[in-house]
Amino acid sequence: MDYFIRCLKFILPAAEVTILVTVASLALGVLFGLLLAVARIYGRPGVRLAAALYSRVVRSLPSLVMIFIVFFTMVSVVPGASPLVMAVVALGACTTAYQSEIFRGAIQSLGSGQMLAARSLGMSRAAAIRFVIIPQALRLAIPAWSNEAAIVLKDSSLASAVGTVELLRRSQHIAAANHHYLPAYLACALIYFCLTFLTNRVLDAAEKRFRLRT
Amino acid sequence: MVEPILKVEDIHKAYGKTEVLRGVSLHVLPGEVIVIIGPSGTGKSTLLRCINLLTPPDKGRVWLEGVEVTDKATDINKVRERIGMVFQDFNLFNHLTALQNVRLALIKVKGMPVKEATDKAMMELEKVGLGDKADNYPAELSGGQKQRVAIARSLAMEPKVMLFDEPTSALDPELIGEVLEVMQNLAEEGMTMLIVSHEMGFAREVADRIIFLEGGVVVEDGPPEQLFTKPQHPRTREFLHKLTELYGEHAESRTRRRRR
Repeated sequence: MDYFIRCLKFILPAAEVTILVTVASLALGVLFGLLLAVARIYGRPGVRLAAALYSRVVRSLPSLVMIFIVFFTMVSVVPGASPLVMAVVALGACTTAYQSEIFRGAIQSLGSGQMLAARSLGMSRAAAIRFVIIPQALRLAIPAWSNEAAIVLKDSSLASAVGTVELLRRSQHIAAANHHYLPAYLACALIYFCLTFLTNRVLDAAEKRFRLRT
Repeated sequence: MVEPILKVEDIHKAYGKTEVLRGVSLHVLPGEVIVIIGPSGTGKSTLLRCINLLTPPDKGRVWLEGVEVTDKATDINKVRERIGMVFQDFNLFNHLTALQNVRLALIKVKGMPVKEATDKAMMELEKVGLGDKADNYPAELSGGQKQRVAIARSLAMEPKVMLFDEPTSALDPELIGEVLEVMQNLAEEGMTMLIVSHEMGFAREVADRIIFLEGGVVVEDGPPEQLFTKPQHPRTREFLHKLTELYGEHAESRTRRRRR
């Protein structure tokens, strides 16, 4: 028990890195996922195809493989880049694909009437997307998005594979130093559980607060 | 001779192989109220949408106040500011309150300052009798109230012509009257209106002209008395007969109740 507490204390500071990787990846995902979703629904045929292709390809790859691909690409292109940045780029690229599907579904569930009404008032397509479509799609997307957030939080452990010292990597350190493994990983698990639990609670509250009633 | 405010010339529209409109022409004078009737699937809604190019026609031209809407060089967004449209299923923006619905385009399209837009939106809501619902979201309003907000939202842009696409078809019977009343007031104020509707009582009372559309062409076009009492075309007679069978005096009584 003593050792378990020691593990917790040793691992916990790395939660900062885990949270950083998660939040940064998710932020990239929201930005580019929304862009991709809009491109797929409102873009020209070529743009639509490219967006669909990106989503299809990336969603077919394991996140860990993406991390290695990004890592070994960036090692040669940007030699100084930190593993943390590479992990964020890779995980961000992955979640972009998944989030684009979430946002696409949300936009499509709005129906065409919203766009027609906005256009009939003289709004340009871009204005209609910005002021009418996206604000509603974001609200509708919250339940599916909070699931994706939990997945990214847990997938951030994959960043350890390229040397980012986050929760899992830190657990490996103390476990290896003491040749005493299980308590270290249980401590790690407990921290992940708390983080995920917290994330879900926050997003549930957001869902209630911003729910779109029709 | 008064110049028509809206001119529609030889509009054609097909969806795939189905020809929905097969050469519809129409002149609308300022202040005129026209009700378009006809069986479902004959292109009534498509015709309205071809006028503000929400559905671009395959062929034909549209003019609003002498400016060709269908001209590629015309800024369609500018034209749409001057053509209001009300939809069957309201299409209110569900994330915004009634007030925000009405003022959104004032701010984002007309570039009006928020304060001014809010005042204007409030005025329009009061005009349709919904001043007390300004802060309610669409989900908190009845169908009739939603449609009145939608009308206020269009009117706020100060359109020259209003298009109504079956504005009462999605409403519970007891809510139809309040929407028709708003439309009647609008007609009396001199708004130019094109209305697709099955409300024959309303059509008879408010319309200057009734247009019977079938198979993508105008079958008959004339004042309500003529169409309802001595229709020239056998198809018109048949259609009106069917409606009477369906609704009987129902449609008429609605209007009477409204007038008290």
